[in-house]
Amino acid sequence: MSSILVLVEHRQGAIRDVTFEMLTAARKLAAPAGGKVEAVLFGDGCDAMLPGLQSQADRVVYAAGPAFKDFNYESYQKALVKLVAERKPSAVLIANSAFGTDLGPSLAVALNAGLVSDAVAFTKADSGFSVSRGMYAGKLVADWSVGSEPAVIMVRQSNFKPEPASLSGEVVRWEAGDVVSGGKTKFLSLEEVPTTGIDITKATIVVGIGRGIKEAKNMPLVQEFAKEIGAVLAASRPVVDAGWLPKEVQVGSSGKTIKPKLYIALGISGAFQHIAGMKGADTIIAVNKDPKAPIFSVAHYGIVDDLHKVIPVLRTKIKELAS
Amino acid sequence: MEIAVCLKRVPDTAEADVKVDATGKDIVRDKLASTINEADNYALEEALLAKEKHSANVTLVSVGSQPSEEVLRMGMAKGATAAARIDDAGLGGSDSIALAGVLAAWFKGKSFDLIVCGAIASDDGNSQVGPALAELLGLPHAAYVTKLDIQAGKVVVKRELEGGFLDVKELALPCVVTIQTGGNTPRYASIMGIKRAGAKAIEQAASVKPDSRTQLVRVYVPQVVSAAQMFEGTTDEKATKLATLLKEKGAV
Ligand SMILES: Cc1cc2nc3c(=O)[nH]c(=O)nc-3n(C[C@H](O)[C@H](O)[C@H](O)COP(=O)(O)OP(=O)(O)OC[C@H]3O[C@@H](n4cnc5c(N)ncnc54)[C@H](O)[C@@H]3O)c2cc1C
Repeated sequence: MSSILVLVEHRQGAIRDVTFEMLTAARKLAAPAGGKVEAVLFGDGCDAMLPGLQSQADRVVYAAGPAFKDFNYESYQKALVKLVAERKPSAVLIANSAFGTDLGPSLAVALNAGLVSDAVAFTKADSGFSVSRGMYAGKLVADWSVGSEPAVIMVRQSNFKPEPASLSGEVVRWEAGDVVSGGKTKFLSLEEVPTTGIDITKATIVVGIGRGIKEAKNMPLVQEFAKEIGAVLAASRPVVDAGWLPKEVQVGSSGKTIKPKLYIALGISGAFQHIAGMKGADTIIAVNKDPKAPIFSVAHYGIVDDLHKVIPVLRTKIKELAS
Repeated sequence: MEIAVCLKRVPDTAEADVKVDATGKDIVRDKLASTINEADNYALEEALLAKEKHSANVTLVSVGSQPSEEVLRMGMAKGATAAARIDDAGLGGSDSIALAGVLAAWFKGKSFDLIVCGAIASDDGNSQVGPALAELLGLPHAAYVTKLDIQAGKVVVKRELEGGFLDVKELALPCVVTIQTGGNTPRYASIMGIKRAGAKAIEQAASVKPDSRTQLVRVYVPQVVSAAQMFEGTTDEKATKLATLLKEKGAV
């Protein structure tokens, strides 16, 4: 194996966690095969990020310049194509994030490389790599083989546990060249989604509702239940997409990350994007009519049943207990 | 203005017991209902809104077997102008970039200002086809778009990032955008629309030979390692146990 390139993902001056998750996974992949891990940092005035990366990688390739002031897949892609031609790595790891998804597929096409996205495990095979990923919202796992090098692997966020390391990778300042010429896209701004004032991250008890709620007319049932147990009502993405609750109460990777004392998931399947936002709760209770729902893999207590039957009975029982 | 929308028909597995078939590479599909991929439904709506605002033509294209025409007809019933199906014979086991290649071959020689795809397919969860298609056609792209604003010669998009941020970007037309769920409210087809769509012709196209750089080895049901304590019994018994637990946790 030659090297594993890990693309450093950063936003607003901070390296995102997934970078350290990827660096940890890359070290485990490279070490047994005698490969080297190279962190690749594109940025403008990001020198302060270097020490944190040096301890995690055998080398840090740093391309600095105004073209990298903000993330733009076009300049990143042009630079990576040039870097891959020079360094001939065995694999390029990119986060399966909103940035990474804008970059990975077109980069793989430009490199004529095999791509596996949303990877949750990968190993070196005799030739190339063997990569596992989820399908059908986590109900299945698929194993893919990427026979040729370099392989482009987009790594699921919050999947690998970042580990400390004490390497002292040398910093190589690298010239990306004219990466902006011919650009057909332009970064304009970073906007924050407006909020109306409900902050689910501060709540002690949170009731999360999912697509199992079925219809808007069932909302009062869970709203009243939440009120009775002093909980704030939150939701999975489809409930928010349907407009039944505001975006700011969405739990998950594209919503909020919450750590309440108690999280009660009603009719939520437990897609990894949702679990990413609530797995830190002290106690997780799940009600789902599907015994195989992935939510039960993170729940501490579970009920397999129809929530529309359970909740009314539960409300009566609670009233009895309270009196 | 010419707009194309890529649509995929997918099995509806949210509440189904998903089983692996005899090949070990696919799921048993015969008992599953099928539907339009969720993100594609939002992509279609975005195209139809643009059609109304900019008097565009909207052409739908789907790679799939004959039943995929259901989603194409539904799309025409909602207001799309034309539809094409690229037959998926010989595409089994192909990866998403190979599929983008099949679409790219169909798009070559045609002239669209804007190609709209769903951000992610609910079956394979790949998020690859739109951006890969753009690269194969030499067009710029934006993935995970929740807001699309078509202007003269360009579009301004808002891309959804993690943690409540939006990446606002400008792209020159022609371009490819992939639409994430939630940015609009997909309409329903009217009875009249459904009647009209039933009579329309769907272009039949053959697929080019796929070029997969990756191979599917197997699919399997993961072992759900659950440490959860499950409450058993009748609904009444389960609710009683849960109420007691909630009291312990201070919620009662
Ligand atoms: C880039 C990206 C970001 C995303 N970000 C987020 C995010 O931040 N948060 C998020 O939640 N999702 C997010 N998603 C979506 C995610 O992939 C899932 O689609 C979503 O979490 C599913 O929501 P759900 O569990 O409510 O619905 P489904 O997956 O449809 O599950 C519904 C569940 O309800 C159960 N059910 C149905 N009826 C009943 C009943 N009567 N009683 C009990 N149970 C019932 C079913 O068995 C099923 O398990 C994101 C997706 C992408 C691509």
